[in-house]
Amino acid sequence: MKKKLTFAAALLAASVLGGMANAKQLVYCSEASPAGFDPSPWSGGNDFDASSRTIYSRLVEFEHGKTTISPGLAESWTVSDDGLEYTFKLRPGVKFQTTDYFTPTRDLNADDVIFSFERQWKKESPWYSYLEGTGWEYFTGMGFPDLLKEIVKVDDLTVKFVLNKPEVAFLPDLGMDFASIVSKEYADQLDKAGTRQQFTQKPVGTGPFQFVDYQVDAVVRYAAWDGYFGGRQKIDDLIFAITPDPAVRAQKLKAGECDIMSYPAPADIAGLQGDANLKVDEQEGLNIGYLAYNTTLPPFDKVEVRKALNMAVNKKAIIDAVYQGAGAPAINPIPPTMWSYNKDIKDDPYDPEAAKKMLADAGVKDLSMKIWAMPVSRPYNPNAQRVAELIQADYAAVGVKAEIVSYEWTEYRQRGKAKDRDGAFQLGWTGDNGDPDNFFFLLGCDAIGQSNYAIWCNQEFEALLKKGKATTDVAERTKIYEEAQVVFKREAPWLTIAHSKVFMPMNKKVSGFVMDPLGIHRFDGVDVTE
Amino acid sequence: MLRYLLHKLALIIPTVFGISLAAFAFVRLLPGDPILALAGERGVSPERYAQLIEQFGYNRPYVIQYLEYIGRVLTGDFGISIATKRPVLGEFQALFPATLELATVALIIAVLLGIPAGIFAAVKRGSWFDQATMGVALTGYSMPIFWWGLLLIIFFSGYLGWTPVSGRIGLQYFFRPTTGFMLIDSLISGRSGAFKSAVSHLILPSIVLATIPLAVIARQTRSAMLEVLGEDYVRTARAKGLAPRRVIGLHAFRNALIPVVTTIGLQVGTLMAGAILTETIFSWPGIGKWMIDAIGKRDYVVVQSGLLIIALIVMAVNLIVDVLYAVINPRIRVQ
Repeated sequence: MKKKLTFAAALLAASVLGGMANAKQLVYCSEASPAGFDPSPWSGGNDFDASSRTIYSRLVEFEHGKTTISPGLAESWTVSDDGLEYTFKLRPGVKFQTTDYFTPTRDLNADDVIFSFERQWKKESPWYSYLEGTGWEYFTGMGFPDLLKEIVKVDDLTVKFVLNKPEVAFLPDLGMDFASIVSKEYADQLDKAGTRQQFTQKPVGTGPFQFVDYQVDAVVRYAAWDGYFGGRQKIDDLIFAITPDPAVRAQKLKAGECDIMSYPAPADIAGLQGDANLKVDEQEGLNIGYLAYNTTLPPFDKVEVRKALNMAVNKKAIIDAVYQGAGAPAINPIPPTMWSYNKDIKDDPYDPEAAKKMLADAGVKDLSMKIWAMPVSRPYNPNAQRVAELIQADYAAVGVKAEIVSYEWTEYRQRGKAKDRDGAFQLGWTGDNGDPDNFFFLLGCDAIGQSNYAIWCNQEFEALLKKGKATTDVAERTKIYEEAQVVFKREAPWLTIAHSKVFMPMNKKVSGFVMDPLGIHRFDGVDVTE
Repeated sequence: MLRYLLHKLALIIPTVFGISLAAFAFVRLLPGDPILALAGERGVSPERYAQLIEQFGYNRPYVIQYLEYIGRVLTGDFGISIATKRPVLGEFQALFPATLELATVALIIAVLLGIPAGIFAAVKRGSWFDQATMGVALTGYSMPIFWWGLLLIIFFSGYLGWTPVSGRIGLQYFFRPTTGFMLIDSLISGRSGAFKSAVSHLILPSIVLATIPLAVIARQTRSAMLEVLGEDYVRTARAKGLAPRRVIGLHAFRNALIPVVTTIGLQVGTLMAGAILTETIFSWPGIGKWMIDAIGKRDYVVVQSGLLIIALIVMAVNLIVDVLYAVINPRIRVQ
């Protein structure tokens, strides 16, 4: 079998290098170069598209186009009653990719799973610092160093994760990119050769496609992996043509130089929809764009002031002008597509007169404040400067004078965290594992100084968050989070602005592409009609 | 000649140190920092931030950081990219041929079109040709590269379908680079149609990149020629009955060459700057796009080392230009 796979890999490489004339090829115009092909050290969506979602697999996977999880490399699992032990039964016979730089001698086993996590966790592992300055930011950011107690190999195909505390989002967390499973045997081979760096340059995984070549900043080439446990893909070659400018991506798609593209500019969408050769899929984004008040500084420490300012803003005008219709006004801090979304909550009405009166009743007169505008376009807010201008005009109508401020992107976020930051701060969030806690944590007391830009620590809300994280029953969690949304709306630490739509233009000959609510681009199951 | 060369080389050493210091300071003066850029929107806790800052050594005094950096550079170690964890020199070597190829073709276009246009405009001073050439040159000089590039893509690639939209070669041609120069690699690959595809991919980006240098060279040639054409020796040559072509080509143009060569030398810097935008529009995998990405990510190591390497190349080209002066006009050596 091994010889067969080696031969198949050699044949595949030769056919790709030779440009096999009848190979079925899909060209994806991607937005940026991957920093590397190790799925764990980096945090950009483009890094994940190019590594974890093409080359690798995880113990559990998000169902295609959904946020619910399904078996991946683990065919089943059990959770102990106290929620502290997760035991995974691995799928037998899973093959790592055979390439011209690695020929596996064994199938996937528990050692690979343990290695995949311990290299991000144990500082004594030589792989912890195999890349200079690697922070394993996602693993750390998701709280795994504190969460994991130990990972135990029960037998070759059984592995047990022991946690320090119950974590209901643990399973969805394992479906995230940083939790991709890598080959320990390949790592050992590189260790022996003294070429650890190659781990991120010449990747080996168990995913649907195997790595063929990367021309820096230009093209990434993959080939369908014949030994993929989910079955061989219908396309033979997958090519990422790196094209940073969205207008140029659109032109390439129209000219037939690529089959599918990411992140079209809002201005190009109508033109792409009108092209007879193209189709444009769209989906509600799993995101939120918001304006966070500094709830610790007067007058924003008063709920009625925050409510009044919320009522002064015409969200519909923002959706029409900035999102060009490709969005929906946001009511809650989680998007409507997320489970536990509270449909009964009504938004603060747009009512400038009532807002003016509420401000006067709160003793606020001649208020001057800052509106912070991000310097970059994000999926949840395509033009923060324009949004700020519209809010500025709305505020003026209720007698509030606002000054718009903006800084370089990292500087912007850094200044936004300052406890004495003045005014209201625009930002947003795109979910990365489909769990409501992945949105609510933004407003947790622990997130102050990190991602809680409202500097809001409400004990009632915090207690619900903690209760939600410790509850395994989904129906019960839903109730808890619904209640948390009521508290959020009552206290108004944010003006919830919008949930944007995400568009995916592609050639009509492309079939089987499913848009993902988590914003990842997966090409397994995609076909091209010649 | 050797003394002249040594004198020029001696001037380069302090310049290199000056540039290394400026590049080092420039990237640190920019707002933002690499740790926050790496962390993304999820953010990083203050403890973790402090830990990473220490790991990268950015908490140490700037003087120490600079001395350590320059010490490594002197041994040929330009550092490792914070974002990609790859050696800066390796990334530069992989990407530079693409920029060099594009810049060379752009410079050839600019020189081949700019010099004759400048000469004819000077000879036919005040004619419609002169006015049209200078008008076009001024327009080219003033045109924002980003807009101009996009306009050409929409018209020639989108509307007419004559040229590819972006990239270096058609995606159906896959061969590992031998020299990094696509024109050469496509030729030696033996793949039918590869060279043609590489040429067609070069057309629009090289035109866009050549636009400003072409305008500058044309204007400089015209003005140098006008000055020389008014000289006594040119009048004498004409009075002697020499053919106009000989007067212009041999007597006037040779003497007008010094400022033109200077201008061409200076265009190397302009080409490097122009490459940044041109490469971004045309998805051209060169050092311009690489630098832009590095600045966006506050990748201190790539920005400071990349700027230094580019400056070294520009200085080397200027040195060659200085030597060319001495060849064209031996009096310069004596001075």
